[in-house]
Amino acid sequence: MVAFVIRRILGMLAVLFMVSLLVFVVFILIPGGDPAERMAGKNPTPANVENIREKWGFNKPFYVQYAEMMKKAATGLLPGPHGEYDVLSSFQNRQNVAHQIEQGIPATFSLCVGAGIIWLFFGVLVGVLSAVYAGRWSDRLITIFALIGVSMPVFWLGIVMRYFLAEKPAHPKFPDGEYVPLSSDPVAWVHHLILPWFCLSILFIGFYGRVLRSNMLDGMHEDYVRTAKAKGLHPRQTLLKHVLRNSMIPIVSLFALDFAAVLGGAAILTETVFDLHGVGWYAAQSVGDLDLPPIMGVTLYGAFFIVVFSAVADLVYAYLDPRIRPT
Amino acid sequence: MAEPATELSFDSAATLAAEEHEVTIVGRSPWYLAWRRLRRNYVALVALGVFIVILVLCAAAPLYARYVAHTGPTTTHIDEKIMVDGKLTPVISGGSYYDANTGKFVIKSVKILGPQWWHAGGKYVLGSDIYGRDVAVRMLYGGLNSLKIGLGSALICTFFACLLALLGGFFGGWIDWIIARFFDLIWAFPVFLLAIALGSALSVNGFHHFGINIDVGSLWIPTLVISYVLIPYVGRPIRGQVLSLRQKEFIEAAVGQGAGPMRIMFSDLLPNIVSTILVFFTLIVASNILTEAGLSFLGAGVRPPNPSWGNLIQAGQDRIQIAPWEALVPGLAIVFTVLSLNLFGDGLRDALDPRAKVRIER
Repeated sequence: MVAFVIRRILGMLAVLFMVSLLVFVVFILIPGGDPAERMAGKNPTPANVENIREKWGFNKPFYVQYAEMMKKAATGLLPGPHGEYDVLSSFQNRQNVAHQIEQGIPATFSLCVGAGIIWLFFGVLVGVLSAVYAGRWSDRLITIFALIGVSMPVFWLGIVMRYFLAEKPAHPKFPDGEYVPLSSDPVAWVHHLILPWFCLSILFIGFYGRVLRSNMLDGMHEDYVRTAKAKGLHPRQTLLKHVLRNSMIPIVSLFALDFAAVLGGAAILTETVFDLHGVGWYAAQSVGDLDLPPIMGVTLYGAFFIVVFSAVADLVYAYLDPRIRPT
Repeated sequence: MAEPATELSFDSAATLAAEEHEVTIVGRSPWYLAWRRLRRNYVALVALGVFIVILVLCAAAPLYARYVAHTGPTTTHIDEKIMVDGKLTPVISGGSYYDANTGKFVIKSVKILGPQWWHAGGKYVLGSDIYGRDVAVRMLYGGLNSLKIGLGSALICTFFACLLALLGGFFGGWIDWIIARFFDLIWAFPVFLLAIALGSALSVNGFHHFGINIDVGSLWIPTLVISYVLIPYVGRPIRGQVLSLRQKEFIEAAVGQGAGPMRIMFSDLLPNIVSTILVFFTLIVASNILTEAGLSFLGAGVRPPNPSWGNLIQAGQDRIQIAPWEALVPGLAIVFTVLSLNLFGDGLRDALDPRAKVRIER
């Protein structure tokens, strides 16, 4: 087990290193041209460009730039003075990217934790109900709704919800977007987040419901279920204790990855539509200006969450299920 | 028959049955059986029909623009008036203007022409946008772009994913190790963020490396970005399938007969995964249309004024109070397209392999 843990952690570090290298290639090498010239504005003087190149380190070899970027990313999330000029600063307003991401974390976490609870609960509910009533009209109705849920663009759903529930009515029940910190007013926090929570959850509810339904239908024909029935166990007990528990295994691993992705900024569309100033929103603001460093920072941050969460999920699995360990 | 009856017979079950009962057993290919199952699935067939209708409508966008709406997708008509039920109606009214009679500036709230259905003789069927452009025309052209990207990126993505999966699964060893690590690497990113990152990095100067030149604003940028980020989502499950097929006896037999790697990969392994690939392809098109819409919504996909369903919604969002149709209609188009593809993909999966567990994880 110890060897497995060490190997998994080493693997995680290797993936993180490759991820950061890929991000660097995407942002520094693909655009080509000289970032200093882009930053200098429309009619730059050569001295001006040279000055920027010198200050931001664009004239250094790429591995030095890479090392500088990683140093910044590692130290940027720690409290302390934030430097002004280097690769991981916004081209537009020269703000420190890591510091800006840090400021977006409360909104993103509030959105994701609430939505995660909602989608897990309703996803399991939808899956169990449609598996129990498989083939009947209620199952078909649920299946159709689940399919519509996974077929909707999440940002469009958000716009529609915002328009019909918060903007159009004369006396709207819900506030129109924006984030209120939990510490300043818990009630307003919930009130402002209800629409985004459900908006983000609907896709996942449909998706988890469909996965769980087919898993449970497969599980109902297993031998251990027949044994449970034969020994006279109550049908509800059989369903909840035997079928559901086994069908939940893939759901749990899906949830770990999806939740990590959402925490890591994959909720960018929901945050943008509802004006929640989170991590994803910060990246989205920079897309319009083609301000690459913030997008680069958020991508790194998101990948970090996914890599760490999937390593943790693997370790938990290995602890629970000894068959996985030797691999 | 002149041959003696004591000869060892190699007659198949079909000929034996034919001799005994005079009934012929018709050999049926798995494709025919799948088609029979699909034919009975009316929901899937209706869904396919809806998708084909949408495809044809979008493909006919230039015809519609020319003969029905009499305007192009980027042509503006801000100061013009059109005939609606015999009355002249301005396309855009309101805004601030100088009134010469009173000598004052008048500020009126802007009013944009709403959906006219057929009252304006085919013009502004779905209303106008703030620049006086015909929303219906932009919708159809946008749909054409969205479908081009969705289908194109699905083709490219499945092609490369299958190639990598076949190579990795067949050869194993270090080739498989590299391919699996490549999948892991892309898998480690949130798909959508990686797509945004690539999309915006490519939108700065386009792509001018290795002799390939793609300009900013080209539809190739979103197409290639989406196909690249989704490769592991198709490649991983197919690689798994190839790995398990690799252990089967018929592959061993082929190796024993001296068949080369190309022959084994493409005429022994590929036919066995084709049904999975087909189902994946359908579902990947649906998911790519959604991804494209999200990218264009954020400005990292199709760039305005070139329309796509995603950037039409983005443009409509700002004006939802005065022109809600602008954001609602393209969204409905996406829902119908993606829903029809998902329904058809489900039906196809049930028909090709009722026990398969192909699904796309996002």
